[in-house]
Formats: sequence, structure tokens, C-alpha cells
Amino acid sequence: MEQKKTVNLDMKQYGMFLALVAIYVIFAIMTGGKNLSPMNINNLVMQNGYVVILAVGMLLCVLTGNVDLGVGSVVAVCGSVVGIMLIDYKMNMWVAILAALVIGLLVGMFAGFFIAYLNIPPFVTTLATMLMGRGLTYTLLQAQTKGPFEADYNFIGAGFLPTVKIPFGAGTLDLVSIVVAIVAVVLMIFSEIKSIKIKKKYNFALNPLWQVVAKLIVMGFIIGFVFFKLASANGLPFQLLIMGVIVGIYAFITEHTVAGRQIYALGGNRKAANLSGIDTNKVFFWVYTNMGLLSAVAGIVLCSRNGSSTPKAGDGFEMDAIASCYIGGAAVAGGAGTITGAVVGAFIMGILNNGMSLYGWSTDIQKIVKGAVLLGAVTVDVLSKRKKGK
Amino acid sequence: MSEYILEMNHITKAFSGVKALDDVNLKVKKGEIHALCGENGAGKSTLMNVLSGVYPHGTYDGDIVYNGEKCAFHNLKDSEKKGIVIIHQELALAPNLSVAENIFLGNEQDTKGVINWTKTRQKAQEMLERVGLPNEDVNALVGTLGVGKQQMIEIAKALAKNVELLILDEPTASLNDEESRHLLDIMLELKSKGFTCIIISHKLNEIEYVSDAVTIIRDGKTIETLRKDEEGFNEDRIIKGMVGRELTNRYPVREGVTIGEKVLEVENWNVFHPDDANRQMLKNININVRAGEVVGLAGLMGAGRTELAMSLFGHSYGQKISGTTKIHGKEVKMDTVKAAIENKLAYVSEDRKGNGLILIGDIKENMVLAARPQYFSNKGVINSADEIVAAKEYKDRINVKATSIEQVVGSLSGGNQQKVVLAKWMLTQPDVLILDEPTRGIDVGAKYEIYCVINELAKNGKAVIVISSEMPEIIGTCDRAYVINEGEIAGELDKEEITQERIMQCIMAHNRKGDN
Repeated sequence: MEQKKTVNLDMKQYGMFLALVAIYVIFAIMTGGKNLSPMNINNLVMQNGYVVILAVGMLLCVLTGNVDLGVGSVVAVCGSVVGIMLIDYKMNMWVAILAALVIGLLVGMFAGFFIAYLNIPPFVTTLATMLMGRGLTYTLLQAQTKGPFEADYNFIGAGFLPTVKIPFGAGTLDLVSIVVAIVAVVLMIFSEIKSIKIKKKYNFALNPLWQVVAKLIVMGFIIGFVFFKLASANGLPFQLLIMGVIVGIYAFITEHTVAGRQIYALGGNRKAANLSGIDTNKVFFWVYTNMGLLSAVAGIVLCSRNGSSTPKAGDGFEMDAIASCYIGGAAVAGGAGTITGAVVGAFIMGILNNGMSLYGWSTDIQKIVKGAVLLGAVTVDVLSKRKKGK
Repeated sequence: MSEYILEMNHITKAFSGVKALDDVNLKVKKGEIHALCGENGAGKSTLMNVLSGVYPHGTYDGDIVYNGEKCAFHNLKDSEKKGIVIIHQELALAPNLSVAENIFLGNEQDTKGVINWTKTRQKAQEMLERVGLPNEDVNALVGTLGVGKQQMIEIAKALAKNVELLILDEPTASLNDEESRHLLDIMLELKSKGFTCIIISHKLNEIEYVSDAVTIIRDGKTIETLRKDEEGFNEDRIIKGMVGRELTNRYPVREGVTIGEKVLEVENWNVFHPDDANRQMLKNININVRAGEVVGLAGLMGAGRTELAMSLFGHSYGQKISGTTKIHGKEVKMDTVKAAIENKLAYVSEDRKGNGLILIGDIKENMVLAARPQYFSNKGVINSADEIVAAKEYKDRINVKATSIEQVVGSLSGGNQQKVVLAKWMLTQPDVLILDEPTRGIDVGAKYEIYCVINELAKNGKAVIVISSEMPEIIGTCDRAYVINEGEIAGELDKEEITQERIMQCIMAHNRKGDN
């Protein structure tokens, strides 16, 4: 059997991880190592959880070749519902959470209905939900902040998983975090071996061994570094668990389910998808409904972490989520992009925010830099594609 | 001065080390129509892009001598200044602008940036007369015209630029016979007025009709130049040059097929236009196909063949659809594509790029797309291993030339793309396959392979419907044919009866009936 074709790793996919590390290192140097501290890593995770959740939902919209501008407002609406139910009506927190999720779902269905069945362009529909949602939030909250919440509820956004701490150096180390990190690395290595086996079995081109090893070392190092830092701080944030579960579920849906691949088909060529038996209206409907649901989740996490519901909550989140997808390599025209990419994109944005804050740049400057990074990332992507095309 | 208006000498052009053109020579005489032939990927378009400056001077080796003068074009504008205009297969017209505006697009009749509309319209009218459309309204929006007329507008646009050498890349690919003939006659007329043309086409009968010389390119090399006034040429001679061997039979013989019972029966099928509920597009269509049978739908473009196929396939076209469809004698309702697929119907679209493929997706993803819900998943979760095995099997079985099933479909040649679409629908395990223009725009070799696939399908007891505007294709592949004209069945012909003359007779007779 002849099999000695090898292809280089798709740099589009792994280049993002390198960019992530590079940006982090640059800020480590600029801030004199301030962003390396365990507490800062902890903050990075906890401050970006909701952006990651939104980016996951947004990726599905981007795959169809569109965006959802309404997510920031839906985050705010859901947050305000939680705030009112907890503070004004002293209701059970689970009821409040359920109510927020249902409302998110309904808003999503509302947008999805207009987009899928009345053929209103998503940009217009979600521009409308963005305005309506923000107005509704101010009306519900009467422009006031609802808070503070009780500790039970705050646990969602600000709590930590159980820890087993042992003394380590000057501080302590959480064994749970370490075990999770080891399990994650082992799983990663196993899945890589499995994928190589499959490639061999079907005679697919393999990646050169040194590249695979280098990839595993870089990924392993990132996981090890983050979890070690978390272990030296407060252990694993509960948010990380929510994020992990959501990212895992959606990565599976987009890669391994009929429904997930139908989104790619729709984004790649809607007419061809239709003629292949795919109900593209239905796909559109569920993509936007899902975005509403995930916006609700993000809203719940956000107000929990803030300990209050404010009318300005979630302002501009849609832009962060959209930018995350594009920085993560999703095609603007739709049909291409990965959940992993969107998550890495979200963290690149997070590290930029975090690093610039530590360095002392104002939020005004931060916006300029983030805009430039977005434009740069997409430009590099487009140019590299053009080169390949010719 | 030499008799040649254009000499391209020893042109070599490589893309990242791979030679797309290797020492190509092309000599075109002034005032002749010169055809460029070759299979897809042979290098015809690359050569024309070198000529027109799309690939600028310096990125290729060799030289271009035009009107006795060595040229170094850096972009399209440079070559247009010299009077070389290229009209691409995909038309470059703005559908929302008027005919006049399109004709002078990029070449506006202006004084210091202010457009002189009277002059624009007047001159546009002149140009229209020269391309045989004297009655066309210069203010009409181009998007409202048919493809044939749009093609003429492109030529008018070229004429407005004071063209000397006109290059037409597959000008008749999407035209019907009548429109094609009109275009070719316009070319002959331009020739008589001293213009020089280069035409790229797969339709060899047209080349034989129109051109004075043919240069054949194969695998990036010039094979030969044949001249009508010297050695002469015909279709078979050109094919021999293109494929490097004699292709004795362009349609493989179908053997060992037993025609069985009726698989699909369509009765009293009526369809109205999707945007106009009063406009009936199909009237009382009755057709059937048997197992192992290949049935042709012949007719002119716009006769309603594609509309019939798409309306049958899950009501993908039209509204107020009435009539019955029976599969294996049992009446079934197929009002969604999903239902059609589940009832074992498959439709391979005439527009493979627009309606058939996800160009940014890979071969595997495209092949399994339609069959996935039924055959490659369990409770919505995809079985990747099965998909890979199936895609590999079909890639080998119908000979898709690609490095692996992970290759992106957009980078394949037209013939191989068509094979991917065929595989996609074969994977849905249909009993009835409707193939709409299955060989449009693909080269002779790939066509032969597609015909072999059709034969194999028939041999396996599938019922096949072939829609084609190329009458020889209907004659060469079908056991029986329906002639469709203006939304009605104008005739049904048995194998022995299918000839070009009979098909045209049916259409003429039907037209006369309609006129009375």
C-alpha cells in the first residue's frame, strides 16, 4: 500500500493558537509579567465566559453568512428579568433562571420567524431586536440597577468548583484542577492517535510527525499553564464548566450531526442545500432561536457575575461575539468556520482587553486596537486564500 | 507587414512550478475566425488571460506580437487600448443598468465626467444594429433580457471599444441552437467587415461552421493548427487532436439491459409560473419511464423541460401544481425535496455551480449531503466512517480525478464537478434519476465517462431521464424521447425515430398548431 503523502497542518486553524500565545507573551513583556499572575488567569476566564458563550451561538449565524446584532440586548433583557424576579418578587432562583431561558428562546424564535419564514434579512431583523431589546430593558428596569443578589445565584458567574488544596510553594495548589488538566491532555493525545489511525486506515494524507508533536506540545502547554495558574488561585471557576459543556456540545453538533452540517451546506450554497432536501428555512429558524437561548445563558452568567442587573448590561457584546468568529477564521460569506476557532477568537479578544487594561490603556484606545486586530485578522485570511486560489 | 495580426510565440506559464502552458504557439491571421480547442484544463483560458494581460507581462515567458509590434500588457486596459477585447463565459454585465449604460460601461460617452446621454443612447443604438438587434430598446434593463441577447450586448460593448481582435470564451455555452446560430452568424458578419475573432468552444459543430482555422491545445502544449484552406478539418479530426486518439464512438453502447415495468408515471401535470399565478408553464404533461430505460426530454431552451423536472422534484419550481405522480404504480405526493428523495427520485441540476455544489466544501461533504439523513446517520448523529468509505468508493467508481476526497470541489474541473454531483445523487439510491444537461460545458473525454455512468445506471435497473439541448446527445443516449415545446408534449419518439429532423418536425408542427 503506498501511503506516504503528507500535508502540512492547516495553519489557519493552528495559527490562531500561536497568535493567542504570541499576544499573551507580548503583553507579558509589556506589563512586566502582570498578566501571568494566577488571579489574572482566573479573571481572564471569568471575564470572557459570556463572550465565549455568545461566540458559540454567533458562529452558527456566521456560518449561514449572517450575523445577529440583537444578542447584547437579549443578554440585557434576560438579565433584567432575573433581576426583577429575584429582587422585586423574591422568587426562587431556579424559576428566575428558567424564565430567562424561556424568554431568550422566545426572542430567538421571534427573530427566527421573521428571518426564516418572512424572508426579512437577518441584519434588519436583528437590528430591530437590538433596538427593541434595549428599550425593553430600560422599560423593565426603569433605568435602575437591581441588586445585589444572594450568594446562591452569584455562584453561577463567580463561584468555584469544589477544591482539594495542598500546600505548594508559598501558597496552595488545587488538586482537582491538576487532575482535570491531566485528563484533558491525555484525552487530547488519545484523540490525536485515534485520528492518525483513521487517516492511516483510509489512506488519507498524514501530517508530518514533527508538526503533530509540536501541536500537541503547544496545546498541552496551554492547558497545563492555564490549569496550573487556576490551581494556584481559587480552583476551577463554575463558569469554566458551563463554557466547557456548551463548547463541547456545539463542537459535536457542528462536526458530527446532520443538523450541524446542514448549517454549513446552507452557508455554502443555499440553493444547492434546498435541492438536496434540506429545509433551509427551518435551519435559519433554529439557528436564530438557538442564538436567543445562548444569549439568555450569557445574560444569566453576566448578571450573576456582576451581582446585579443593569440596563446597560451586554452593551456591544454582539460586536465582540461577531469579531470573535471572524478572528477565529470563520468566512464572512458563510459556510466555513469552527467552534474552536470562535472560542480562540473570543480569548484573543479577551487577552487583548485584559492586557491593555493592565498596561493602562484607556477603553478608547482599546477599541481602536481591537478594531485593527479584527481588520488585520480578516485581511490576512482573505489574502492567504487568494494566494491559495491562484 | 506579416499576414498575422497576432503571433504568440513560445508562451510558457507556470503556477507554483506546475506548467499550465508549455511552449505554446498561436498565430492568428488578420480577418479570420480562429478557434481554440482542447479539453477542460488544457490551458485555453490561461492562454487568453496571458494575451489580454490578466497575467501581466513578466509573469510568463515568450512573446506576443500584435500588428507586428511586440507587446507587454500589464492589465486588461493595456490590451483593450490596442483593440483586444475578451468576452468571458460569465457575462460581465450589470443587470440593473440599461442596455445603453452597459454598452458604454467603463467607456462612458462623457465630457469631463458628465455623461452625454443623448450620445450614449444614439451610439448604443448603432451598436445594437451591428449585432443584429435593431429593435431592442436601449433603455431596457439588461437583467430583463434573455441570455442570448445579453451575449449580444457583450459583443456590442466590445464593438463600442473599437475592437480589432475579439476573443469569445464559450459564447454559446448557455444559448439554445437558434440563439447560437444567430451569434455565429453575427461573428461571420463581423469577419466580413474585417474584424478578427478567436473563439473558445466545446461545441465542435459550431467551430466547424464558423472558423477558418483551429489551434488544438492539449495538456498545455500546442498540438497543431488546422486551416480550412489548407488541410481542412471536421469534428472527428478535431476530436482526434484533442484527445490524442481516435474516438470512434462518442456514445458508448448500452448492452444487456432489460427494460422493465414503469417506475415513474406523471399524469395531467400542470404548473404555473412561480411569480405569476396566471401564467401556465406546463400543460397536461403525461410521461412515464421504465426501469432500465433512458428517456430523453428534447426541446428548445425555455420549452419547459427544466421546469418539469424541478416541479416533479419536490415542487422546487412553480405554484398551483396539479396532477399525479406514481412511483412503481403507487400514487405518491412529493411536495418537498425531502419527500422526493424518500420516494427515490433524484434530480441533477443543469446549473451545477449554482444549484448542485457547495464549492467551498470538499468532495466527501458534497457527495453525502443529500443521502446523509437516510443512509449516513443514526438519530441525527453522522457516521463519518461510512461516509468516508462511500465517498472513496464513488470517487473511484466514476473516476473523479482529485488528490483525495478531501479536495475542495471548487478547485475541480467542470467534468469532475459534474461527476461529484452525479455521485451525490447516486448515493441517495434513487430509482429514478433526472439528469438535466448532464454534460453541459464539459469536455469530450469527461462526456464519454458520464455516458458510461448513465449506461451503468440503466443496467442496474434505474429509470433515467436525460434533458439535453444537444440533440445528438438525446439521439446517442436515449431509448425513447419526449419532445417538449411551450410547456406541452409535442411528440413522443421511439429509439428508431429519434433524429434531429424528427425532433424539429415535432416542434414545428406543435408551433403551427399553437398559431391556429
